[in-house]
Amino acid sequence: MLSAVASGIIDGLRRLGGGSIAAIGRLGFASRFCVAVVRETPAAFARFHLTLREIYFSGVLSLIIILVSGLFVGMVLALQGYDVLQRYGADESLGVLVALSLVRELGPVVAGLLFASRAGSAITAEIGLMKATEQLSAMEMMAVDPLARVVAPRFWGGVISMPLLAALFSTMGVFGAYLVGVRLIDIDPGAFWGNMKAAVDFRYDIVNGIVKSVVFGLAVSMIAVFEGFDAKPTAEGVSTATTRTVVESSLAILALDFVLTVFMFRGLGV
Amino acid sequence: MSDTTLPASDSGAAPREIAVELADVTFGYDRRTILTGISMTIPRGRVVAIMGGSGCGKTTILRLIGGQLKPRSGRVTVAGQSVPDLDREALYAMRRKFGMLFQFGALFTDMSVYENIAFALREHTELPEELVRDLVLMKLHAVGLRGAANLMPSELSGGMARRVALARAIALDPMLVMYDEPFAGLDPISLGVVGQLIRRLNDALGITSVVVTHDVYESLKIVDYMYFVSGGKIVAQGTPADVRRSGDAFVRQFVDGEPDGPVPFHYPASPYRSELFSRA
Repeated sequence: MLSAVASGIIDGLRRLGGGSIAAIGRLGFASRFCVAVVRETPAAFARFHLTLREIYFSGVLSLIIILVSGLFVGMVLALQGYDVLQRYGADESLGVLVALSLVRELGPVVAGLLFASRAGSAITAEIGLMKATEQLSAMEMMAVDPLARVVAPRFWGGVISMPLLAALFSTMGVFGAYLVGVRLIDIDPGAFWGNMKAAVDFRYDIVNGIVKSVVFGLAVSMIAVFEGFDAKPTAEGVSTATTRTVVESSLAILALDFVLTVFMFRGLGV
Repeated sequence: MSDTTLPASDSGAAPREIAVELADVTFGYDRRTILTGISMTIPRGRVVAIMGGSGCGKTTILRLIGGQLKPRSGRVTVAGQSVPDLDREALYAMRRKFGMLFQFGALFTDMSVYENIAFALREHTELPEELVRDLVLMKLHAVGLRGAANLMPSELSGGMARRVALARAIALDPMLVMYDEPFAGLDPISLGVVGQLIRRLNDALGITSVVVTHDVYESLKIVDYMYFVSGGKIVAQGTPADVRRSGDAFVRQFVDGEPDGPVPFHYPASPYRSELFSRA
């Protein structure tokens, strides 16, 4: 009985040790991978047509979901915002509320989450399948580095696309809020646009929003290419990697958003 | 099982330049040993087969030759250069002289047949597009698929994909072409076509071919020499004529397709009787 308990404890410790070593090993591999991808940056820009193609796949093909989501988020934000603001007679600040919410937070965060689901998962699946079908090995055997030819263009394509998509998301959101606030609810358009223009600061709000979207783009794109490259070369391995990309990217976006907000907007009052 | 050199039938042939040599190579992952004491010599211009059952370490030998893996001990040399000692630049320079055909072709699925074959030419040469086009069409013509240049890999049959991969493997006129299971999953006609292409291209282009396969009948028709690998060791070797008349137990089981023999039918397990009655 005692020996069974002891062996159970030893087994548990062994598994914990094995898991920890595997996790640290993976972290080490991920760090080396990040450095290697960044080192291949000149390759991605020297042959910009490869990166341009990835901007098309990650950016242009994500336009529909980003634009439609932005429109609806802006419209809902306007309805909910108006409901609260009009209780305090501040309904003319609707434009300010919507614009600041979108530019500072919702634009980068929601666009980032959508980007991770639409483009991030596609990048992981594509690289994972290339690995599973030995296309990456074939490239290596043809003396072509897959990091330079496949990974770096996809990474930079994602990094470039993400801020543009976030900006378009915010723009569509503001337009959606205009449709609801001005066209539907009949708020004075002069007050809507005028208050917005007066309250939104380029350096403090817009630049910080862009910085956020760039950071999210870096995080999502790196996670997507890494998970694809590290996927087990089987159908199950690729599907697991795709899921991991979406989960890890979403968590990374939300955690990074909190950290960035603390530094940018003095969220903790410091 | 000992390494059996089957009675040689062409021992009078003039010595040839060595293209690939493995000397006492051992390889493994962590505590698991995959290959032990592998030694083989592949002369230039020959078609050599490495045969054995699934999971015996055949493909690992190709990866060692290609420098994708490094041996624990022993020597791997290609054209006189020690592959494990090459730095990245030198290894990539050497790989430009290699062609490799992967098990299911490994064609780039986002490119057409034409683009697949032009890939290496565009990556490694500064040739004008007209010349690239001519070369691609010549390679495709050699494998009988000039008419399929504009198809996508998803539109090809298994045999066609293998032939396109073959054309891609010879795109840069390599000195050495490695084939990883070129016959797997092909219908009899495609099987014959791919087999004949391997032989004809080898002789016409003066290349050296290493074919990893478990298809003994097709190999007997086209290769010059065969190595049999089992349990990570070379257990027999010889020319096709030697193999046909060999009395070696492993070779006979492999050639005749016997379910039981030196390679047992049953996976190692505790005695059947004791396992059945132990629950009573």
